Parts: sequence; structure tokens; C-alpha cells
Amino acid sequence: MFDGMTAETLARFQFAFTVSFHIVFPAFSIGLASYLAVLNGLWIKTRDETYLTLFNYWKKIFAVAFGMGVVSGIVMSYQFGTNWSVFSDKAGPVIGPLMAYEVLSAFFLEAGFLGIMLFGRDRVGEKLHMFATAVVAFGTLMSATWILSVNSWMQTPAGFSIAENGQFVPEDWWAIVFNPSFVYRLAHMVIAAFLTTALVVGAVGGLHLLRDRTNKEARRMFSMAMWMVLIVTPIQILAGHEHGLNTLEHQPVKIMAMEGHYESHPEGWAPLYLFGIPNDAEQRLDYAVGIPGLGNLIFEKPLNKPVMGLDTIPDEDQPPVGIVFWSFRVMVGLGFLMLGLGAWSAWSRFRGRFYDAPWLYRACILMGPTGFVAVLAGWITTEVGRQPYTVYGFLRTSDSLAPVEAQAVAASLLAFIIVYFFVFGAGTFYLLRMMNKPAATPRLGLRDGPIRTAGITSIKQINPDSIPGE
Amino acid sequence: MFELSFIWAGIIAFAVLTYVILDGFDLGVGILFPFAKGEQEKATMMNSIAPVWDGNETWLVMGGGGLFAVFPLAYAVVMPALYMPITLMLLALIFRGVAFEYRWRTERWKPVWDAAFFGGSIVAAFMQGIALGALVQGIKVADRAYAGGWWDWLSMFSLLTGCALVVGYSLLGATWLILKTEGSLQRQMQRYAWLLGGGTLGFIGLVSILTPFQNPEYFDRWLNLPGSIFSVIMPGALLATAWALFAGLNAGRDGQPFFATITLFVLCFIGIGVSFYPNIVPPSLTIVEAAAPDKSLSFALVGTVVLVPLILIYTAYAYWVFRGKIDPEEGYH
Repeated sequence: MFDGMTAETLARFQFAFTVSFHIVFPAFSIGLASYLAVLNGLWIKTRDETYLTLFNYWKKIFAVAFGMGVVSGIVMSYQFGTNWSVFSDKAGPVIGPLMAYEVLSAFFLEAGFLGIMLFGRDRVGEKLHMFATAVVAFGTLMSATWILSVNSWMQTPAGFSIAENGQFVPEDWWAIVFNPSFVYRLAHMVIAAFLTTALVVGAVGGLHLLRDRTNKEARRMFSMAMWMVLIVTPIQILAGHEHGLNTLEHQPVKIMAMEGHYESHPEGWAPLYLFGIPNDAEQRLDYAVGIPGLGNLIFEKPLNKPVMGLDTIPDEDQPPVGIVFWSFRVMVGLGFLMLGLGAWSAWSRFRGRFYDAPWLYRACILMGPTGFVAVLAGWITTEVGRQPYTVYGFLRTSDSLAPVEAQAVAASLLAFIIVYFFVFGAGTFYLLRMMNKPAATPRLGLRDGPIRTAGITSIKQINPDSIPGE
Repeated sequence: MFELSFIWAGIIAFAVLTYVILDGFDLGVGILFPFAKGEQEKATMMNSIAPVWDGNETWLVMGGGGLFAVFPLAYAVVMPALYMPITLMLLALIFRGVAFEYRWRTERWKPVWDAAFFGGSIVAAFMQGIALGALVQGIKVADRAYAGGWWDWLSMFSLLTGCALVVGYSLLGATWLILKTEGSLQRQMQRYAWLLGGGTLGFIGLVSILTPFQNPEYFDRWLNLPGSIFSVIMPGALLATAWALFAGLNAGRDGQPFFATITLFVLCFIGIGVSFYPNIVPPSLTIVEAAAPDKSLSFALVGTVVLVPLILIYTAYAYWVFRGKIDPEEGYH
């Protein structure tokens, strides 16, 4: 199946595959953990049962998504060593401690309080339960902070020297953690996680409103989600723009690839390409459709300032332009669709038609998964755009590989593909089935959760015919 | 001179031992899962670990992530050397991890996820045992990289340590269930614990006898000071612990068998430490050689000294919240 591919290609594909599967779950659980904390807080404050019902509903969905995130994340923490051991040996002294801090300040926190959040309301009381819920949300954000610091350091390394044995040696931890692209990347990703969750919640709310306009849980979650989409999307577009300017400063080659700028524009008036087919072999953008000058403006440069292109960069230092160019356009395109969705919802609210807007609901269902697609497209842009380096400018991907045989990587890759599609496919199916039921369903997804053991009788009472999809 | 790297070796060893004990009992429960009689007992078994398994497994990430952080060279050498057992362990952990949620979300596929829970648990335990055996045998290193072949980890000895860990984890699981359950399930586990206890002690003896033959240095370490102190203490300590285990079972005590089993694991772990020291990856990579620069060690240490005690406190609290016997009717108000 993978005949003729090198160990490097296979190892890259394996990392891309496992990390792409993994990122989907944290992107969802970061946003959902915060949403749960808000719902629980509102329940305690207002004693409105709708919030409690919604909390218990999303809590079960969270548990499944979080479980998938945990197991796919454990794989990541070992894959650095199995396939990229030279990278691990060299970069370990710098990024290893950051990852250790992630484990210590985030993973343990999440894991320690998750049990109490899921099963412990009756055991510890409302206040401690609220505390546990907030701690889980905080833990997910801490985790994002550390791992994005790691990733940002690989993109824009700072605060280190290189030892004789080839290891990166930390010199200034502040400069390492707060490396030039860290804050931008962190903001962009955390907002993306919130937006992704809001779109999922909006889709579920829309689905149930389409079936029953009076469903009060559906109304509440739909309204909350639409406020979120309306307010957060413009902020995200702004954060993305700032992140782009930061990339222009520190990784200009990536920007050239994102914009399809093969050619330099020494006199300025660089075009912004809306469409085109990147042709790496000929180093030009075929069938290009562009708006002259807008390229300068988007970089916040005067129109007559020069904009350099990939013709100034040796071929072996260029990322694959086609992937970066298109994944970037997918992300931006979806971002503007989200902006439109937010505006539509505001207009509908303004007209007083918010709870009788079937086409808005349908649009929301359609837009439900787009947050995930945008997150993946964004990560593909930034990660592929960093090539051919693992530590940008200092360590090449081809010099990072473990001494592995192609067969070993191919066999494990095949195993990962089969297992991931099977396991996470089933998990996604269960998630969708839960979401397909109204929030007030008493036996959501058969049972309440592991510890709420119902015993033998209740199992027998369940009529398998009544379970949709079974 | 007191080396930062030795403090870190101690911390990593502590994390690995904590992992082995904590995930050991919940993997053990997974291995014993098919022996439960009926849905209610299955539910009780799974519920006894549902709130804590995730925290337990985090210690594995701590062990891997910690090794990456402070002994990157050891991490870079061990992972390719144990490529296949590690990959299989990770895949097995995926299956058992998702089973906790999935089995409650479907009726038709419940047997599938029950099988995944058992299969994932036993394969993960077996692979961890194999990894341990392969480490004891020694890993070839040349020029800061693994220099051995892809099947070096596979030997009669590593298969033996694999079986040993499966039996040992099952004993941990059985004694945990004695602590957390009552009635027929508890009695069943008491019967199993006798067998598994005997099996575990047999494996400890067998592995202890065979270990020195893996590497002549191990002989020296056990025969010369300071290792020879342990040669004197260890057999007595093991016998006393075994007595505590079986006496506890005989008297029908709830907690004693579990804590005696934990002590068995601690003793074995110390034994491995005596054999390895001062190497981190036998036969040639030492703790000092594998350590990251001091700036990495000290930076990570600051947080560890503050956060690990906190983690232990709130982990203990989480166990305290879910203390006592598992009530199959709980949550059924």
C-alpha cells in the first residue's frame, strides 16, 4: 500500500494523520469545557432548570469527546520519540520542559477534576462541583497555552543556543515561552476553539428548533451560540490578520506560499490572488485571478513598497505551495461564511423572527462542522508552510527523522489508520446520535454515564427498537 | 556533588512507579472484566475505576513527557528501540480508553466495546511488560541513536516479563475490587487473588533469577555495596509482604490485600532500580549522559516541586470523593 515511499514521507504522513485526528477533539473540548462552566454558573445563579438540562446534555457529549482527545493525545506524546527521535534528542531540552509543564499544569488538572465534574455533583455539593467544572475549563486552556508555546517555538525559535552535540540549549526561558509568534497563535487557536464549539452548539440547537420551535433548551442554546458566532467571528478575523502580519515578519516564505506569490513585485502593487493553481515545477501561479495592489494593502504596506516572492528563495527552502495556498483559502473562506451567519442571525433577531427562521436553522446545521474544517485547514497552512523545517530555519525535517525503516513506519501507519477510523468513527457516530436527541431526553444515549449505574432492571426495560440508529 | 540529573531520575522513577500502581489496578480490572457474571457485576467493575482511570493514565504521559523533557537522549533511544511494543500499547490503550464511554452508548455493540476493554487492557499490560524486559536485556546505542534491530525487543525473557506484568496487574485489579465491592463479586475476586498472588510471586522469583543472566553487571550490583544491602533486605521484605497479602485474604480484610500488592510492586521496582543504577538505559547510557542541560532540568524542576505535591493532593481528594464500596444503585434516585 505504501510501496516506494521513504521512511521520512511515511513518518510525516503518520504525524499529520494522528495530529489531525487529535486536534479535532481538543478544538471541541476547549470550547465545550468553557461552555459547560458558563452553563453551570448560570444554573447556580438563576436556578433556571433549562441551564441544568443543557449542562447535563452537553456534559455527556463532552465526556465522549474528551475521552477520544485523551487517547489520541497519548499517542502524540510518544510519537515524537518513535518516528522523530533525532528531533526529540536535539529539541528536547527546549520544548520538553514546556510539554512537561503542560502535563503538570493541565492534564493532571483536567483528569483530576473531570471525574468530579461528570459524576460528583451529588457527592461534593454544588459549590465544589462548580469549582471542579471551572478547573476543567481552566485546564483545557492551560493545555492549549503550553502546547501552542511549543509549536510557536518550532515556528519562530528564540532564546536558545546550539551545543556542540547538536542540541538546542535553553538560554532564556521567557524568550522561549513568549517567542515571537506565541501570543498571536494562542489567541487565534483559542478563539477558533470557541467558535468551533459555538457552531456545533448552534447546529444542534437549529436541528431541534427545526423539529420543535417550542423546545426551550434548543431555543436557549441556539440563542447563546448565535451571540457567540456574531461577536467572536469578527474578533477571530482580526486575530487571524494580526497573526498573518506576525508571520509576514518572521516567516515571510510561508506568506509567499499562502498568497501564491511566486514572483516578486519590486515596484509594489502586489496582487491579492483570489484564485489560481500553484505550479511548483514552473514556479508560477496558473489561471491566476488577482486584484492588483490589494496584496500590499493586506500586508499593511503602502502601494508602492516592494513585495518579495518565492523567486528570491531557493527551491529547496520552499514549502509545497499548492497545499498552503488552498488550505489558507479554505480557512479564510469559511471564516467569512461564519461572519455572514452571525450577521444573518443578528438580522433575524432584530426582525423578531429568531425563533421562526427555518432557513437560518438549516444554514446553521450546514455550518455545524465548518469550525473543524477551518481549524484543520489553518493548521495545515501553518505546519506545511513551515516546511522544509521542523525548527524553523535551524533543523530540517529530513534531519529530524528517527533511524526507522520504511516498513516499520508503514506498518504502524496502516494500523493507526485502521484503528482511528474504526474507533473514532464509532465515537463520532455516538456523538451525532446523542446530538440528534433533544436535550431533555431522559436516557440520552441509553444511559446516564458510567457511574450512574442503573442495575439490571433498567437495562432490560430498554427496547432496542426505540433507539434510533440501532 | 549533587547532580540535578539524579533528582530528576528519582522524579521520573516516581512517576513511572505511580503509573504502574495506578493504571496497574485499572488495567487489571480490565483484564478480569470478562470473568464478571452478568451486566450488574460488569457495571460495578467498570464504575469502580471510571472516575479515576483518566488521571491514572496521565502518569504515563508524565513518564513519557518527563523523559522527553529531562532525558531527551534516553527518550530518543528507547522509543525507536521499542517501536512495536510501544505502538501496540498505544493502540491498545485507545481501545480500552474509549470503551469506558462507548459501552454505555450502544446496546447492539456493547459486546464489541466490552471485548475492546478486555483486549486493550491485556495487550497494554503485556506490551508494558515486554518493554520492561527489553530494557533489562539492554538497548544498543551508537552515536546518540538506537543501533539495534527491529525485533531486538522480542525474546523469551521479554515474553516472560510480559506475562509477569499481566498476572501482576490482574492481582492489583483483583485486590482493588476486593476493596471496592461486596457480595459474590468480592468473594470471586478473593478466590482469584489467591491464585494470582501465587502466580505473581512465582513470576517475581523467576524474573529475579533470570535477570542477572541478561547482563553480568547486574550480578556485581547485587553483590557489591550498596546493592548488596538490598540483596539482604529484599527476600525478607518480599516474604513479609506476601504473608501480609495472604493473611489479609485469609482474614477477609478489604484493604490489606490491595496495599500488600502495592508494596510488592514497590519492592520489585526498587529491585529494578538497583539493577539499572547508574544507567538510565542499560547497558551503557547513564543518567548523567542522557540528561538535558542544567537549564532545562532546573526550569522544569521549579514547577515540578510545586505542582507534583498539589497533583498528589487533589488526586487523593478525587479518590476520597469516590471512596467506599461501589453501590450499584447509586445515581438511581
